[in-house]
Amino acid sequence: MVRRIVCSTVAVACVLASACMAAEPRIKVGVIAEMTGDMPAVGASCKNAAVLAVKQINDEGGLDVGGKKRKIELCLEDNAGKADQSASAAMKLITQQEVVAIIGPNASRYAIPAAEIAESSETVLITPWSTNPKTTLDVGTGKPKKYVFRACFIDPFQGRVVARFALDTMKAKTAAVLYDVASEYNKGVAEVFRANYEKLGGKVVAYETYTTNDKDFSAQLTKIKSASPDVVFLPNYYSEVPLQVQQAHRLGLKAPFIGSDSWGSSELLKLGGKDLEGYYFSTHYAADSASPAATRFIEAYRKAYGVVPDDVAALTYDAFGLLFTALKNAGKTDREAVRNALAVLPAYPGVTGEMTFADDSRDPVKSAVILQIRDGQFRYFTNAKP
Amino acid sequence: MIDLRYVLQQALNALQLGSIYALIALGYTMVYGVLTMINFAHGDVFMVGAFLFFTASVLLHLPFVPALLFAMIGTAMLGAAIERIAYKPLRSAPRVSAIITALAVGIFLESAILAVNPYPRSIPQLLPDTTWSFGGVSFSLLQVLVISLSLGLMVVLDIVVYHTRVGMAMRAISWDRTIVPLMGVPVNLIITFTFALGAGLAGAAGSMYALAYPVIDPYMGVMVGWKAFIAAVVGGIGNIRGAMIGAFLLGGVEILVAAFLPSTYRDFVAFSLLLALLVLRPHGILGKARPQKV
Amino acid sequence: MRAIQDLLGRRMPRRMFLLAIVAAGLALSWAIPHGNWVNKYIQMILVFIGINIILASSLNLVNGYMGEFSVGHAGFMAVGAYMSSVLTLKVFHLTGPSALFPVAILAGGLAAGLCGLLVAFPSFRTRGDYLAIVTLAFLMIVKSVIENIPYLEGASGLVGMKRLTTLPWVYFWMVLTLWTLRNFIYSTYGRGILAIREDELAADIMGVDTRRVKVLVFVVSSFFAGVAGGLYAHYLQFISPRSFDILKSTDIILMVYLGGIASLGGSILGATLYQVLMEVLRPGTFNQAFSWLPDPAFQWLSDRVFSHLDVWRMMILPLLLILVMLFRPRGIMGLRELPIFVPLRDIQERRKPGRGGEP
Repeated sequence: MVRRIVCSTVAVACVLASACMAAEPRIKVGVIAEMTGDMPAVGASCKNAAVLAVKQINDEGGLDVGGKKRKIELCLEDNAGKADQSASAAMKLITQQEVVAIIGPNASRYAIPAAEIAESSETVLITPWSTNPKTTLDVGTGKPKKYVFRACFIDPFQGRVVARFALDTMKAKTAAVLYDVASEYNKGVAEVFRANYEKLGGKVVAYETYTTNDKDFSAQLTKIKSASPDVVFLPNYYSEVPLQVQQAHRLGLKAPFIGSDSWGSSELLKLGGKDLEGYYFSTHYAADSASPAATRFIEAYRKAYGVVPDDVAALTYDAFGLLFTALKNAGKTDREAVRNALAVLPAYPGVTGEMTFADDSRDPVKSAVILQIRDGQFRYFTNAKP
Repeated sequence: MIDLRYVLQQALNALQLGSIYALIALGYTMVYGVLTMINFAHGDVFMVGAFLFFTASVLLHLPFVPALLFAMIGTAMLGAAIERIAYKPLRSAPRVSAIITALAVGIFLESAILAVNPYPRSIPQLLPDTTWSFGGVSFSLLQVLVISLSLGLMVVLDIVVYHTRVGMAMRAISWDRTIVPLMGVPVNLIITFTFALGAGLAGAAGSMYALAYPVIDPYMGVMVGWKAFIAAVVGGIGNIRGAMIGAFLLGGVEILVAAFLPSTYRDFVAFSLLLALLVLRPHGILGKARPQKV
Repeated sequence: MRAIQDLLGRRMPRRMFLLAIVAAGLALSWAIPHGNWVNKYIQMILVFIGINIILASSLNLVNGYMGEFSVGHAGFMAVGAYMSSVLTLKVFHLTGPSALFPVAILAGGLAAGLCGLLVAFPSFRTRGDYLAIVTLAFLMIVKSVIENIPYLEGASGLVGMKRLTTLPWVYFWMVLTLWTLRNFIYSTYGRGILAIREDELAADIMGVDTRRVKVLVFVVSSFFAGVAGGLYAHYLQFISPRSFDILKSTDIILMVYLGGIASLGGSILGATLYQVLMEVLRPGTFNQAFSWLPDPAFQWLSDRVFSHLDVWRMMILPLLLILVMLFRPRGIMGLRELPIFVPLRDIQERRKPGRGGEP
C-alpha cells in the first residue's frame, strides 16, 4: 500500500516536473512587508497587492524578458515591525534567494535599514510607501543612493500641497495641527506643513501632538478648540483619524479637517462614517477619475480581497509595475541592467498617476490630487502639480 | 487663555480617561491581589474582549447589552482556560516564570488575532450619540456610562472581595497559600474563579473601550495593558481602591500635562511624575510595605 | 561536559585553555567575513546573535542574578546607540574604520551606565513590581526625550552612520561582556548579588553592602546595554526612538528567560535560539526548502501554506516559551552554568552558584 502511494506520487511528480522543465526559470522578486508588528494593516495591503501583481503577470503567461516569457516567483518576507529584521530579510532575499529586486519595506524606519543593505549589495529596492527623503539619499555624500527607488512622493511635497490648498482654496487664515510625535511620517508632513503655511502668510495657532497607540485625544482637541482655528490638519493614519474627528465633534469643535495621503484608505470611510463628510485630503490618485489601468486594478483587487485597495496597496502595485517595465526594457534579469533600466524609465502610467524619475533622483515626479469626502465616498476635487 | 470652561472640560476629559484606565486596572489588580502574579496577558485579554464585542455586534447583530455579556463570558472562559493551561502548572515555580508565561500568552493572543484579522475594525454606534452642553462644557452619554460603569464595577468588586465567602477565600489565599487548603478551601477553584472574574472584567473594559474609541486592532491591548499595570502599581498593587486612585491619577496627569504644557512633553512629564511618586512612596499610594520576617 | 573539561584542565592549565578558545574565536570572527566562508546573510545573523548575547547576558545580571524585573533595557540601549552615533556622526565625523569607533562605543556604554546609576537610586527602597514600573518609566522618558530633541532628529531617526560594526568587533565586545560579567558574578560582590536575590534583608544583616551592590549591578548591566546599542546603531545605520520601545525590551526579556536565569551560558543559548528561530521560521525558508518541488505543487504550497507562516511565526515563538516555562520554569539552563564560566575552585568544591532557593 505504502509502496503504491510512493510510486504514484513519484510518477505524478515526474510528470509535473517534466512539464515544467521546458519553461524558463522563474524570475524571483522579493517583498518585505510589515506582516506582524505594530502596523499589520500596512503589511497585509502590501502583501495582497504583491500577490495580485504577480498573479496577473503569471496568468498572462509570464513577463516578456529578452524575447522569452518568464514567470515571476514572489519571495515574501515579514519584518515583524523591526528594523533589524528588515535588514536581515533584505540580506536573506539578496544572498540566499537571489532575487532580482526587492519591493518594500513600507515604513521609513524599516525601509532605511533595508535600503542600506540593498545599496551595499547592489540590488534594486523599491519602497512603495516610505516618504522620508532620507530613504533614497546617501546621507554621507548628500547624493541619491544608486539602487534605492520609491513609488510615492516625499513628505516635503505633500506638506506644501496641503498648506497651499488650505490657504488658497479653503481661505483658512489660521490652522491647527494634531499629529503623532512618535511616528516619522506624521511628524515630517506636519513640520513641512507648518513651515509652508506660515511662509505663505497663514498662522498656526495650535501645534499639538500625541503618541502612537493613543486613543484619547480630548486634551489636545480641547486645546485646539479654545484656539479656534479655521482649519485643523491631521496628517495621521486612517485608523486614528476617525477617532480624532469623532472626539472633536463630541467636544464641539466645528472647524473643518484636512488630511494627507495617509487618509487614503476606504477603511477610513468605514471607520469614520458621517463624521468625515465634506473634508478634504491630498493623496496619490482618485478612484472615481482613475485611468483605465487604475480602474482595472481596483476592480481586480476588490474581486480578490473584497475591499477597495488603500494607498499602500496601490503604491505596491505601482512598484511592481515599475519593476516589470524595467525588466522588460532591460531584456535581462541582471541586477545592474534592471537598475539602469529603472533609472531611465520613460513616464510610467501607474495606478497612482504618471511617474518618471528625474535625472539623478530616485524619487518619482508625480502629481497629487485633492479628494473630498462626499456622500460617504472619495470624490475627485482638484489636481495639485508638484 | 485659561478660563473656567476650559479647565472644566479638561477635568471631564481626565475623568473619562481615568475611568477607562480604572476599568482595566481593576481586573489586573484583583488577580494580583490573590496570586501576587502580574498578569501581563491582561491587556491582550482586553483586546480579545473588544474583538468579541465586535463579533457580537457586527457579525451577530446583537444589541449593546447581549454583546457586552457575550464579550464578558467569552473572555471569562478564555481567562479560565489560560489559567488552567498556562499558569496552574507554575504555582510552585518562581513567580517570575508565571510572569514570563503571561507575557508569552499575551504575544500569542495578539498574533492569533492578527492571523485572523490584520486590519483595524470599527465598532458601530450601539448607543445614541447624545451630547449635552452646559455653558460650553460638553459631555456625552458615553462618558457618563463609562464613568458610572467603572465606579459601579469597583463597588461590586469591593463587595465580592470583602463581603462574600468567595472573597474571603480569595483574601485568605493571598494571605497564605500553604495553610488555606488545610482549612478546606478549594484553592484551585477559587484561583480559576479569580482569573475568570478578572478576564471577564477585561472583557467588559474592552467592550466599553471599543465603544468609546471605536477603532480596534490586534495591538490595542499592549500600551493599555502597561498603563493599567502602572495604574495598579501606583495605587498600591493588589488594592482595589488603590487601582482606582492610580487610574484616575494617571488619566488626570496625562490630560492635564497635555492641556497646560506643550503636548509633546506629555510622556516625559507624566512618567517623570510617576518616577518621583514611586521614589517618595515606594509601595504605591495605598500599598503597605509587608513586614519582613527575619 | 565537565568530565572533558576536567580532563583537559589537568593536561593544560585552564587559563591557557580559555585563552585559546577566545583567540580561536577571534581568529574565526576575522576569517569568516574576510574569507567569505558563509554568505553575508549568515554573517549578519552572527552579528545579531553577538549583539543579542551582550543584551541578554547583561539583562540577566539584573533580572536573573539579582532577581529584579527590569523592563527598561531597551532604554539603556537607546542611550548608548544615540550617544555613540552622535559622536561618530557629528563629533568625529567618521567616514571609515577608525580608532575612534571603539571610543564612541565606550562613550555610549558610559552614558548608558550613568543612566543606570540614576535608575539604581530608586531601587534602594523600591523592589519587585514597583521597580519594574521605575524601569518602564525610565524607558518612556528616554523615548520622549529623544523625540523632543531636534538635534537627534526626533522620530525621524538618525541616519548616516557608517557600517563600522564588524564581526570581530562584535565578538570582541561580546567576550568582554561575558568576561566582565563572569568575573563580577564570581567576585565577593557577585555573592552579594545572589544574597540580595534570596533575601535582601538577610543579606544586609550579614554585612552585604546592598546599596553598593545594587548600584554596581545597574551600572554594569546598563553599560553593556549601551555598548550593544552602539554596535546595533553602527550595523543597521539607522536608529529611531521606535527601535528601542517596550517591544525591544520584551524581546530581550524573552531571550533571558528562554535561555535561563542566572546563567551566562543560558543567555548565550537564549539569544542564539531566539535569533535562529526568528530566521528559520521565516516563510521564505520554507519556500526555499521546497523549491525543488514541481511547479503546481510548489505554487500551491507556497500560496496556501507558506505565505501564511509569516504570521504563524509569531505564534510559534510564544508557544515555545510557554512550553519551556512549564517544563523548566527557570529557563532551559536556569541556575546552571557552562563549566567554562565557573571558576575552578567552584568546580572543585562541586558547588553551584545560586543552588536552592527561589529567585
